[in-house]
Amino acid sequence: MMAKKTLVNFKLNGSEAFVAVEPRELLIHTLREKCAHTGPHIGCETTHCGACTVDFNGISVKSCTLLTVQADGAEVITIEGIAGKAKTGETLHALQEGFTQEHGLQCGFCTPGMITRAYRLLQENPNPTDEQVRYWMAGNLCRCTGYQNIVKAIQYAARKLRGEPVETSHPLLEEINKEAATA
Amino acid sequence: MIPRPFEYHAPTSVDDAIRLLGDYGDSAKLLAGGHSLLPMMKLRFASPDHLIDLNRIPSLKYIEQEGNEIRIGAMTCENDLIWSTLLKEKVPLIVETAGLISDPQVRYKGTIGGDISHGDPGCDHPALMLCLGASFVLRGPNGERVVPADGYFLGTYYTAIEPNEIMTEIRIPIPPAGSGWCYSKLKRKTGDFATAASAVLLQMSGDIVNNVSIGLTNVAPTALKAKEAEKALLGKRLDDTAIEAAAQAAMKICDPAEDLRGSVEYKTAMAGEMTRRALRTAAARAKR
Repeated sequence: MMAKKTLVNFKLNGSEAFVAVEPRELLIHTLREKCAHTGPHIGCETTHCGACTVDFNGISVKSCTLLTVQADGAEVITIEGIAGKAKTGETLHALQEGFTQEHGLQCGFCTPGMITRAYRLLQENPNPTDEQVRYWMAGNLCRCTGYQNIVKAIQYAARKLRGEPVETSHPLLEEINKEAATA
Repeated sequence: MIPRPFEYHAPTSVDDAIRLLGDYGDSAKLLAGGHSLLPMMKLRFASPDHLIDLNRIPSLKYIEQEGNEIRIGAMTCENDLIWSTLLKEKVPLIVETAGLISDPQVRYKGTIGGDISHGDPGCDHPALMLCLGASFVLRGPNGERVVPADGYFLGTYYTAIEPNEIMTEIRIPIPPAGSGWCYSKLKRKTGDFATAASAVLLQMSGDIVNNVSIGLTNVAPTALKAKEAEKALLGKRLDDTAIEAAAQAAMKICDPAEDLRGSVEYKTAMAGEMTRRALRTAAARAKR
């Protein structure tokens, strides 16, 4: 069969993306290879691990199980766009800060998917219990942390987004905040 | 992993989708949530020449009450079932079941209609639909027909739907107030299909079983309605003896395939245990 290419247009982290793809191309491949957004990772490619999670029209999807042609007209947010969702004057999004402060990662492979998924979770439920965080994050696998610190990181972000005080003792965060202040 | 080449169609109405199905017949597949079909296409278990995407038909997404029935658009996703206040009030068994399906990302995409139409005995809605006495609206070029869930599931990946038909709606009679319910599911981990699961809907008068319905998931080539198990309970006092008789009757109809989830004996035993648990929980929830 002829592999006819289709022109697909979607919003990627607020910018217009135009790509020509075969209907069989998966969104994760388009994002990584055509749009040079390598934040979403390919872990299992079988809808299990969640490393390729992106925000798609206000829902979290595993972009290895979505065709790029399905994204025509869609609004896609990847980890590359999350900092852009931070409060004005802040360099990092509360989730990025939380994952740093609470050591929510070791190797970091799952982190883009974790943060992108948690971003949607906190939109839907700004005040989750630990149990709810675990349940609604269950589509993302991490082989390093044992999840404990991921839950803490998300709760840190939830507190911060609710306007409650958070403790930031991580040296890296101090540095980033200093740079932001002098920039 | 990339599927084999195909042509993609994204109709915006059911009529257009039916027309496309008519044009391409057996060489076409309907794409709902895609979380069964796309993995199958990647693995070459399915390789349709035409893919008809139903995601751009907004009229297939709704949950509403019509008289004594709940009507659910076939493209309604699992998370929307979980978040539905109407379902929570009228058919909480659906909410409980949807919450045990796969993981959050899959539930945003996976649809009730896709889950039912796929004909996979591992899917959870078929047993649930048998348990609830649901019926399905199938629309084809010559109009609509409504078929009961009981009799719809003919074999693995094989249902009573015709190749030129689309499932548009799921109709569920609202269980009487005070009904007990439970979906008891054994799975190895989040995201896995059931090793075995049992759906129970129960009405009690005092200690006596007034009405009971039991559906079984993933323990035969199709979802099963455990009719003998129901008979073992009907009009009886719901004590350990009756529950055991029902569990044994449920196990008798099991015909599971051995796989990584366990042997035939293990899966059959788990179908019995899930039935015991579902009955006990349903009994605790039922108003006497």
